[in-house]
Amino acid sequence: MAENTFILEVITPEEILLREEVQFVVVPETQGELGVLKNHAPMIAALNIGVLRYTDAAGEVKKVAISGGFMEVIYNEARVLAETAEKGSEIDVLRAQEALKRAKRRLEQRDESIDFARAQKALQRAIARLKAADAYNE
Amino acid sequence: MAKAGVREYKRRIRSVKNTQQITKAMKMVAAAKLRRAQEKAEASRPYTETLRDTLARLVAVTADINHPLLTKREEVKKVGYVVVAADRGLCGAYNTNIIKAANAAMAEDERDVEAKIIAVGRKVRDFYRKRGGLIAEYVNLGDNINYADAREIAQYVMKAYEDGELDEVYVVYGHFVNALRQVPTVEKILPIEPPAAEGETEEAFVDYIYEPDAVSIIYNILPRYVGTQIYHAMLESKASEHGARMTAMSNATDNAAEIIENLTLEMNKARQAAITKEILDIVGGAEALKKGGK
Repeated sequence: MAENTFILEVITPEEILLREEVQFVVVPETQGELGVLKNHAPMIAALNIGVLRYTDAAGEVKKVAISGGFMEVIYNEARVLAETAEKGSEIDVLRAQEALKRAKRRLEQRDESIDFARAQKALQRAIARLKAADAYNE
Repeated sequence: MAKAGVREYKRRIRSVKNTQQITKAMKMVAAAKLRRAQEKAEASRPYTETLRDTLARLVAVTADINHPLLTKREEVKKVGYVVVAADRGLCGAYNTNIIKAANAAMAEDERDVEAKIIAVGRKVRDFYRKRGGLIAEYVNLGDNINYADAREIAQYVMKAYEDGELDEVYVVYGHFVNALRQVPTVEKILPIEPPAAEGETEEAFVDYIYEPDAVSIIYNILPRYVGTQIYHAMLESKASEHGARMTAMSNATDNAAEIIENLTLEMNKARQAAITKEILDIVGGAEALKKGGK
């Protein structure tokens, strides 16, 4: 392991999405963004829907859209548990844009029948996916 | 007459052979699907175990936890059963056994409670539609179990629980031991009984920083914990279904082989009898001619 790297794992119920050596991780914590470097103190943090950014061993910045969950940091391993997680490079941008439009339309209707909290989450997820794919422009 | 008998045997053997080919194919398909289901169950383990361990550790270090999903109801009136079995039959007594286990759990409950069923799988739905008590159904989920489906079911039961429509919730599924053995299992999922920390691991003594604080993280994890329990039940039940079907189809294929063997024996006997009868006829005729010639 290089001098300044540690392990990042992103785990969903269906798979281990990634496990690699990284230099730096930024996660969407519930009260803002939170950065982790090597030799961080043991920590458990609740995460929001958003984009996880990391700098890999080669210095390249990569993004993953996650739907909330939590991160545990211990012994130079950062483990992120999320119900869904998608690598930015693998996101279907068209589908995410459709989802964004759909969520916006639903929120604009403002009628009693829609589950407001759920629609809002769908909106956040769509934005996170577009941001992770570098396709969000607003 | 005897000739027609042989032809009849031939027809029946052909028919049994066709059935045997189908059961053989189904057995192989079930074996392949079983393997896939097991791989999925395996893949879900890191998430489920990390979630459980973290929750256990957090609960161990936190005193004041007061979450609606953890609180036991003093008066239990309505008990929910999430019964997870198959959409399709032809898997031996698999579906029946799970439904039986659910019914037994209801019968054993000596409190004055009403049982409500959340059916997962068409066979379960069909049964409780007739028997009554069905409050939700999730059918045709297919062989590929998604976490999203499990989460939807979890959200439904948690909402029903928080709204007071259910006071306790159990999940009933087929615990997969191996292809020959699936054990119907009943587990309580609500109110949540927090897992106990396993052993005195090193990590149990680590002094964590909590962002924002331990209680918030516990509340964040609890609903996900219910989701993983239902997901786990669905994955186990799927593996059990394919295991049961594989065994049932394997037995059916063996039975077909036995029937074919018996029918072939009968057919040969019939053909032998027909030939013997013909020979007797010829010999008899020849004898008669000989006598007539004298």
